[in-house]
Amino acid sequence: MSMPEHIDNERLEIQLLLEAVYRKYGYDFRNYACAHTKRRLEHRRAMEGLGDYSQMMHRLIHDEEFFDTVLLDLSINVTEMFRDPWFYKKVREAVVPHLCTYPFIKVWHAGCSAGQEVYSMAILLEEEGMRERVQIYATDFNEIVLQKAKDGIYPVDLIREYTTNYQKAGGTQSFSDYYTADYASVVMKRSLREQVLFSSHNLVTDGVFGEMNVIFCRNVLIYFNRELQNKVLKLFYDSLCPGGFLCLGSKETLMFSEIADKFEVIADREKIYRKKRM
Amino acid sequence: MSPHPKKYEAVVIGVSAGGLTALETILSALHASFSLPVLIVQHISPDAESYLPQHFATRCPLPVKEADDKEDIMARTIYFAPPDYHMMVELDRSISLSVERRVNFSRPSVDVLFETAAEAYGDGLIGIILTGANHDGAAGLARIKQLGGLTIVQAPETAQANAMPRAALEATQADHILTLKDIARQLNALEGAL
Ligand SMILES: C[S@@+](CC[C@H](N)C(=O)[O-])C[C@H]1O[C@@H](n2cnc3c(N)ncnc32)[C@H](O)[C@@H]1O
Repeated sequence: MSMPEHIDNERLEIQLLLEAVYRKYGYDFRNYACAHTKRRLEHRRAMEGLGDYSQMMHRLIHDEEFFDTVLLDLSINVTEMFRDPWFYKKVREAVVPHLCTYPFIKVWHAGCSAGQEVYSMAILLEEEGMRERVQIYATDFNEIVLQKAKDGIYPVDLIREYTTNYQKAGGTQSFSDYYTADYASVVMKRSLREQVLFSSHNLVTDGVFGEMNVIFCRNVLIYFNRELQNKVLKLFYDSLCPGGFLCLGSKETLMFSEIADKFEVIADREKIYRKKRM
Repeated sequence: MSPHPKKYEAVVIGVSAGGLTALETILSALHASFSLPVLIVQHISPDAESYLPQHFATRCPLPVKEADDKEDIMARTIYFAPPDYHMMVELDRSISLSVERRVNFSRPSVDVLFETAAEAYGDGLIGIILTGANHDGAAGLARIKQLGGLTIVQAPETAQANAMPRAALEATQADHILTLKDIARQLNALEGAL
């Protein structure tokens, strides 16, 4: 294979840019999947009419607001309520019965984006009668989406899709019980938010979060390279109590990781794993 | 024999409406010894169960699978992008998936696959655009051409939906404009010349 020289130079520039972002702002994207990072940076560079990545780096260093924009570009925040309804159905069937045996449980949503996944789980746990016995921690490294998660306000035009998902996920009530709507948006019921603690946490640079019974980290690891995936999976291992559950995105797997043998597979398609008691 | 035998390393295919029959013609005609990996984006509904790998497993002499995140791209293997995920090629020739927003109204998007594969394989890549009723893949094919790869487009008049081949031909000067049968023949021949 041969590659024109300017492509190699571009790669070098991107590495230096990510290094600069890390040193200046503390956000470490150096081990994110390259193809993803490059596509997102390219998109922003073209939109801003910046000639090359060195120019973009200069702007990033001198303009904090520009960094916030790029941070949003790099942290893909796409999410929905009851995303992959069959996953939530499996959680109900295969995970909740174990959780019911504990007097109190802690659930961590790592990379929770704007919170849809968090409210989905809060609803599910309420329906399973666990409301009084659960503390949910919702974290993301992006403060802007985290604020949206805290607010729990979503555009009303998404509700039809969310409702369908909720029903497919085995919801037992009417989905409209869980929010109040005005003409443009819906607000999630206050009682759902009361069980949740929202806080900033960076999976790459921050440490163990606490001892959890369940960790959800769905559709976050795909943005990391293998080395970083391993590091973060180890962090999850260390943050789970023995017998605790780890739930990944539908195209993510523990199987290729260094800690694969420390978990048993509870549901293969749904990517639900359980930490073995050693 | 070609005066400049080229060593190709991978094939990418983008296809949309009418794809099932088009792919069947090509994949079933590949030699069992065809050794290049083939990465395919076929537009399908986001919540469709992914039936493509199973469908083609019995109709193609080569192993067919849905791509997993971070798996190494292996020779002699056909990969389909999973429904509702973009499929990208990393420089180390592994696959990474993404749920970033739709590109050309599509997830998976042909452009996303083609552009990242072009950067990973340079002139070692063969890019193919088949039938489809949209414009996805045009920019990606142009990028493959720009980085020295080989570009093939299904002859629009033979395509069930001709918008996608036409858009590709407008975006770049393809190296070959062929019928499905000839695309299969061409692939086998390129492989035979290795
Ligand atoms: C595609 S969303 C997934 C949302 C949700 N978990 C789901 O599956 O629907 C990925 C989220 O991961 C967050 N993220 C990316 N890198 C992170 C990091 N290093 N630490 C914490 N969160 C991160 C992004 O901000 C984004 O909100």
